[in-house]
Amino acid sequence: MIWNWEFAAEALPLLLRGFVNTLIATGVGTLIAAVLGLIIAIAIRSLPRWINWLIRLLVAFVRNTPLVMQLMFVYFIFAGIPGLVDVPALVIGFIVIGIHYSTYMSESYRAGIDSVPPGQHEAATALSLPPVRKFTAVVLPQALRATIPSLGNYAVAMFKDTPFLFAISVVELVTSAQQFGAAKFAYTEAFTLAGIIFLAASYPTSLLIQRLEKRLATY
Amino acid sequence: MPPTESTSSTPPANTPGSASPAIEFKDVEKRFGKTTVLKDLNFTVAPGERVTLIGPSGSGKTTILRLVMTLEELTGGYIHVDGKPLTHTEKNGKRVELPSKTTRAMTTRIGMVFQQFNLFPNMTVLENIIEAPVHVLGRSKADAVAEAKSLLDKVGLADKADEHPTRLSGGQQQRVAIARALAMSPEILLLDEVTSALDPELVGDVLEVLRDIAETTDITMLLVTHEMQFAREVSHRVMMFDGGQVLEEGPPDQLFNNPQHERTRSFLSSVQ
Repeated sequence: MIWNWEFAAEALPLLLRGFVNTLIATGVGTLIAAVLGLIIAIAIRSLPRWINWLIRLLVAFVRNTPLVMQLMFVYFIFAGIPGLVDVPALVIGFIVIGIHYSTYMSESYRAGIDSVPPGQHEAATALSLPPVRKFTAVVLPQALRATIPSLGNYAVAMFKDTPFLFAISVVELVTSAQQFGAAKFAYTEAFTLAGIIFLAASYPTSLLIQRLEKRLATY
Repeated sequence: MPPTESTSSTPPANTPGSASPAIEFKDVEKRFGKTTVLKDLNFTVAPGERVTLIGPSGSGKTTILRLVMTLEELTGGYIHVDGKPLTHTEKNGKRVELPSKTTRAMTTRIGMVFQQFNLFPNMTVLENIIEAPVHVLGRSKADAVAEAKSLLDKVGLADKADEHPTRLSGGQQQRVAIARALAMSPEILLLDEVTSALDPELVGDVLEVLRDIAETTDITMLLVTHEMQFAREVSHRVMMFDGGQVLEEGPPDQLFNNPQHERTRSFLSSVQ
């Protein structure tokens, strides 16, 4: 077996430093996607038709183009604008990833909102609840129960998409493994450890989501 | 309780010059797409009157309740509640829709209980009941809670205040739904087949609560039910619908014992 424990020990701190960027990108990206996704879902439901149409077009555009291309597009084109030059690549990274995933999450929110039975809307009308209160107190809490598990799944998917950040020179977990591997010609150790770190983070998370899903299924 | 001993012995005054009708339908028309469910429908319900709508399914009786609750769009004519327009009014000879705020102010006087209860599962029983009093009527939370607890006591569920609705039986859920509607102190209560989704042994408790409301309050009630015995006991008037029209109407004893139309006779024999 070609495995050098010394290399592995040397690689680990570097990988963990890269992993911090992975976590930041995933965490902030999820937050942006979850908030923006909800805003998109609500906007599509409540805004006039032509704005609605414009939003749908943008959503379709983001969804139907590769994430890595979007990252490079924003990084090389927007970041060339004077004043934006100093924005760190990581910040551009989590904003683009967040926007990318918000277009998927908005669809989950939409499905969640649609899953609230008509009887709930009717009961709210019968109690004369104003539209905003009806949405925040009756529809949204019920919709979120149906939505949260799939948001969690998207967060895990986003986590696994963070290596694309290499394209805009963010040193995250996989890039740091690649760099270490190249420097010491110790790819086996570097990528094995990177894989283990990914697995150690995402597998428990997906188990957690499964449990959450079961708990949220009943009141 | 034998059928002759009804609580409906004293229908409220419906004489000219008295207060406006609680509910008035003027040339009401309701279409769903190309299907006309109600056409040129005119009737009034007096304040405090309890009216049962009966008729075969598809005769439009549930649609009438849903129109009063503004759950369906009124496609023609006018509905007035306590003399005021509910959703549409006539302006310079034209039929215009009222602003949704105006309509919502009107619907605060109207409560509805549904066949499927429709309690909010994300709230406790107590939260269900105080939601509208606090957020629509602007009552203080303390007052609303006190009122909710006395209503729960009235429907025999004082110990269930902090439960979630899904943990209650159908009959209990329906009694909470009744308490929730009453918490708004409605002038009009609409009951849409409120016992149809219940197991037979749970129907009695719900009817008992409704009987109590009929006896102790002067809330105007419009009900759709298949419980003919109950309809006979609590209503002042029964209206038989067929094809979106009032086929015949009268006090329950008259309509049930001596129906004038063959259609009514065959309908009654099919449900009894």
